[in-house]
Amino acid sequence: MVRLLELAGRPFLIAVEESGRIILLLISTITWMLRPPFRFRLIFKQMEFVGVNSIFVVLITGTFTGMVFALQSYYGFKMFGGESLVGATVALGVTRELGPVFTALMVTGRVGSAMTAELGTMKVTEQIDALHSMSVNPIHYLVMPRIVAAILMLPVLTIVSDFVGILGGYFVGVELMKINSGIFMAKIVEFVDLEDIFNGLIKAACFGLILSLIGCYKGLRTTGGAEGVGKATTQSVVLSSVTIFISDYFLTSFMF
Amino acid sequence: MIELIKICKSFKGQKVLDNLDLKIEPEKITVIIGGSGGGKSVLLKHIIGLIKPDSGQVLVNGTDTAKLNDKELNEVRKMFGMLFQDAALFDSMTVGENVAFPLKEHTKLSKKEIDEIVEEKLLQVDLKNVTHKMPSELSGGMRKRVGLARAIALNPKIVLFDEPTTGLDPIMCEGIDNLVINTQRHTKATFVVISHDIRSTFKIAHKVAMLYEGKIIKIGTPEEIRLSDNPVVKRFISRETEKACQT
Repeated sequence: MVRLLELAGRPFLIAVEESGRIILLLISTITWMLRPPFRFRLIFKQMEFVGVNSIFVVLITGTFTGMVFALQSYYGFKMFGGESLVGATVALGVTRELGPVFTALMVTGRVGSAMTAELGTMKVTEQIDALHSMSVNPIHYLVMPRIVAAILMLPVLTIVSDFVGILGGYFVGVELMKINSGIFMAKIVEFVDLEDIFNGLIKAACFGLILSLIGCYKGLRTTGGAEGVGKATTQSVVLSSVTIFISDYFLTSFMF
Repeated sequence: MIELIKICKSFKGQKVLDNLDLKIEPEKITVIIGGSGGGKSVLLKHIIGLIKPDSGQVLVNGTDTAKLNDKELNEVRKMFGMLFQDAALFDSMTVGENVAFPLKEHTKLSKKEIDEIVEEKLLQVDLKNVTHKMPSELSGGMRKRVGLARAIALNPKIVLFDEPTTGLDPIMCEGIDNLVINTQRHTKATFVVISHDIRSTFKIAHKVAMLYEGKIIKIGTPEEIRLSDNPVVKRFISRETEKACQT
């Protein structure tokens, strides 16, 4: 019986231990953020990688998310003659949930995985030890710029995603399903507050922190050569995605 | 002066270093020999503070580095340069950027001055026209040379080498050996080299220390080691010499 409990409790203990280590990495990163040199060049380089290079994928996913959401809402609302609410539904859904969450998931796949793979490779090839040996703290040099860049760029990408999502919804609703354009826009203005958009952007910044923190953590903990890097990358994407969904629920219940 | 006193280190219950004592003479080349997986790299990483001992003291110029916090340790590490087994060059940077890295991090020199030092250090390790190449474009021997140029960029007082000749052909090994000897003569720094290459060890070492089962079982000049009665030392030397003759 005791052995059974031990076996059942083991994954829980590992999860608690990992969470503790991730929080310690976060605290250490915050400490290094406040210490000079502030490494603006590295932060800008990471902002380009996280933000500018992710624009295309965010444009595609954002547009089609808005389009499919408009299509499904139209079919639903049509059953009781509420087609005029399609615009507001799409805009609320996109700004509050779909924009931040889908953007974060796409960036996790593209950027979070790359962070783990890059740091993981550096770890197994002793490049991280080399940084230590040259009196350069890897958290200051590698982790801090990535986390700052992700926190700053996720809201920017989310704004882009929100915009093209609503545009996609407009195209499907107004151009394809022939909803009156004036009503479509008027309902958006009526139901969507600036607060909805703003809270969505705060969520996006939180997701940026989550995906970069987990991406860097998994990279720095990598062991065991190429196989280890592959394993760490998979774990990073899965853990980041799951954490984004879980935290999304709590952020939503807290904000709205 | 580096001194390790009663160092113990275990990984997952397995003892790697067991009450190890070692004194490293300044301005000399000390080579630590021992079998693969015997804890040589672990020992080297203790010296530079990359690994902390479970117990014991690591004294660098009288300071116990095992007790320092990160900030204090970083100050002590500025005295060190280290050449890693596979050179550990940053593969996102060019050769020039790799060598310039410690200079950019720890000095206020202008770009021109840094470029001049980079050229000088690369010449010191017999490399020309490689500044703009990426590490992936270099051979194993060249990578080690760049690693050494980076390690000595700040003119450190202590340089650590983790198996500098591993994975290189005999001619390349000889080149690296000569480079180690010449660089030490030129810089007058303390060199600590980890190796299991006996031929290379006897060529470059002022002092040789044999690590076995977590302890230094013999330390002396190459001649003293060669004539040692210790059965483990004798067996290690004869086996490694045999291997060297076969290659």
